[in-house]
Amino acid sequence: MKNRRLASLSAYPYVVWMAIFVVIPLVLVVFYAFTNDAGQFTTANFNEMGSYTMVFVRSLVLSAAATAVCLILGYPVAYVLAKESAGVQRIALMLLMLPMWINFLLRTYAWMSILENTGLLNTLFSDIGLIALVNKIGSALSSSYVPIDHFQMINTQGAVILGMVYNYLPFMIMPIHSVIVKIDRATIEAAQDLGADDVTVFRKVIFPLSLPGVLSGITMVFVPSVSTFILSKLLGGGTTMLLGDLIELQFMGGAYNPHLGSAISLIMMIIVMVCMALMNRFGDGEDQAVML
Amino acid sequence: MTNKKNGFWGRFLMFLMLFFLYAPIFVLIVFSFNSSKSRSVWTGFTTDWYVKLLHNSAILNALYTTLLVSVLAAIIATIAGTFASIGLYNMRRRWREPLLQVNNIPVINADIITGVSLCILFVFLGRRLGFELGFGTLLIAHVTFNIPYVILSVMPKLRQLDNNLFEAAQDLGCTWMQAFVKVIIPEIMPGIVNGLLMAFTLSVDDFVISYFTAGSVETLSMRIYAMTKKRISPEINAISTILFVTILLLLIIINVREARQEKAAKKRREEFKQ
Repeated sequence: MKNRRLASLSAYPYVVWMAIFVVIPLVLVVFYAFTNDAGQFTTANFNEMGSYTMVFVRSLVLSAAATAVCLILGYPVAYVLAKESAGVQRIALMLLMLPMWINFLLRTYAWMSILENTGLLNTLFSDIGLIALVNKIGSALSSSYVPIDHFQMINTQGAVILGMVYNYLPFMIMPIHSVIVKIDRATIEAAQDLGADDVTVFRKVIFPLSLPGVLSGITMVFVPSVSTFILSKLLGGGTTMLLGDLIELQFMGGAYNPHLGSAISLIMMIIVMVCMALMNRFGDGEDQAVML
Repeated sequence: MTNKKNGFWGRFLMFLMLFFLYAPIFVLIVFSFNSSKSRSVWTGFTTDWYVKLLHNSAILNALYTTLLVSVLAAIIATIAGTFASIGLYNMRRRWREPLLQVNNIPVINADIITGVSLCILFVFLGRRLGFELGFGTLLIAHVTFNIPYVILSVMPKLRQLDNNLFEAAQDLGCTWMQAFVKVIIPEIMPGIVNGLLMAFTLSVDDFVISYFTAGSVETLSMRIYAMTKKRISPEINAISTILFVTILLLLIIINVREARQEKAAKKRREEFKQ
């Protein structure tokens, strides 16, 4: 047992490292959030946040919308996937995770070139005559109609939501899938034997049992969505400022104010912690996705 | 799960999902070979953008920084993480559990908060000790967010370890150090290598944390970010293609390794039974 005590010494440098570079920085965030430039205690930073209420609301609303879309798209896929053979499931899960390994910026950039005013989709729409058709209908309905030569897709809030959905959808599918796969077949057969049809089986058995996975998925989509600061810049055209942008602006932008930035970071940290606590309490199936 | 197989619609849904995920990447790759700057009209095949990439010194510098910081951070984090895992494994539960919770903070926390908090620390210390944000701080940041992943991949291997092996080696005349190097290290090697690959991949991929801690130094992700703001050159598409292929190869290597390890473990178990 003496050896074990000796061996445990090898963790000490790591403990010191983590204390300096993980714990102290977070303590500093809290400290900065409650002080001003002179180092005095103040809650002014939190009061100042009041003028950014719109940013908070927009961030939460867009993230919530993206999370909802991910759930609506992701649940059926996870459900369908769980019915496949083990081999197909393995390959499909790998294919789902592969895009996640491509640089986030590049995945988003790909959408920029698709959604642009002269981009791939608008070119396609005009080639198949969709834009001409819309113009025809528009001018027939109203005399003051101004013809369009493209659909405005980039630099809208919709584009930001699309970016969130595209980047984080796999995080919704993985945990839901891993929970549905684990549902005991006997439970479903028992329900069928007792006279439940497919819809009832889903409503009364599968769906309730898959809720922990749904909760994990919601957290894993919502947390990165609410903290992003690139999506809004690249796809929202800077018109849709989000929480992440606001923080970035306080540290890297012209409005250098680490105290306000820390205060907003603290709020975001609390949002993240609440989500994580909910997930740990009720959620399941996150291990796999985190490791991938 | 249910006994019923998927019909046509089930398969179709899965196909749609994969199409949604891969079509943009596919478009990106195809247009890296487009002969004009257009990102929507195909005008002919060329590899000019790749050649241009090779002559773009800003990109090459950024690539050099990225590789250097990723290799160094991955190696340092792997060594530190391995020792840390061994230490943590041998610690009393009372101490180990809270430390593992702290270990998870950088994994769970939003990247922007990790980046911002390190930024504050570096500026705070820099003012007092007289240094500026640069390669050093970038490296420290990368090591910091890599170590937890190394520990997460080494710890399970330590848990699988048979404690008697270590004692048997010592009974047979090994010193403590010899037993450690000849018994423990080879046993947990697969976890160490996976941790190393994981750390390297995460480092190459990172943008947010680098952005807040690199100061005037530029990584490839940061270069790409600067380029997307101007959004003109298909050189970005060329970089994406190269990165995509590199990541794909790395992932294939990791997965093949894992499959082989599983097979070897299975074989060993069967031999043991006989």
